[in-house]
Amino acid sequence: MSLGESATPLGKVEGLGSARYGGEHWLAERVISAALLLLGAWLIASLLLLPSLDQRTLSEWLSAPSGAVPMALFVITAFVHALDGLKVVVDDYVHDEGNRFALNALLLFLAVGAASLALFALGRIAFGGAA
Amino acid sequence: MLVSIVHRMTGAALATAGLALLVWWLTAIADGTDAYAEFTRAAAHPIGLVVLVGLTWAFFQHLLSGIRHLVMDSGAGFELETNKRFAMLTLAGSLVLTLAIWVPVLGGLL
Repeated sequence: MSLGESATPLGKVEGLGSARYGGEHWLAERVISAALLLLGAWLIASLLLLPSLDQRTLSEWLSAPSGAVPMALFVITAFVHALDGLKVVVDDYVHDEGNRFALNALLLFLAVGAASLALFALGRIAFGGAA
Repeated sequence: MLVSIVHRMTGAALATAGLALLVWWLTAIADGTDAYAEFTRAAAHPIGLVVLVGLTWAFFQHLLSGIRHLVMDSGAGFELETNKRFAMLTLAGSLVLTLAIWVPVLGGLL
């Protein structure tokens, strides 16, 4: 993918630079960070404003669209952001290309699996009826 | 420099322990009162409390230094004094926010 020395400045910012992937992804990371900033603030504020943190109150809160939808968005955004961040750490510290690929793949599987588990739990809370 | 490394360490902690806890918490709520009681019992254990307070601090520290990085990505805040003050503010801010949340909670437990 890398064009090395032959890459033009435009080619580099369009994603063909030394990092091998590019400008759009960099910007997407920032947009996701900003989204997570808002959703994180929503989560903390919600937890502080709830009358109690017992199971009944929490499942009522997460059964209503006003709780379930932002929480689902928080879960998805948090996992995408976590994967973005962990990938940077792996790319910086794991130098063997094979190990790096394997570790990034493993993290992707874990993130998708854990996020699915969280979303399924949210679905059970919202649609399960057994609050 | 320090705050930048801390951003990475808190991020790694939140991405692993923080998200694992989020999945456990949501699953426990979905599983019902017994599973949730198990979760709160673990959370109220001294080790659980240390983890929760630590992750709360990591959350706020990462959030505040994340704002700092977003500002710096826009090209602002690179002057030595401004940069240092902003970095110190993230450390003070995360400490204050963590205490604001946990002092009342821990006070209630004692």
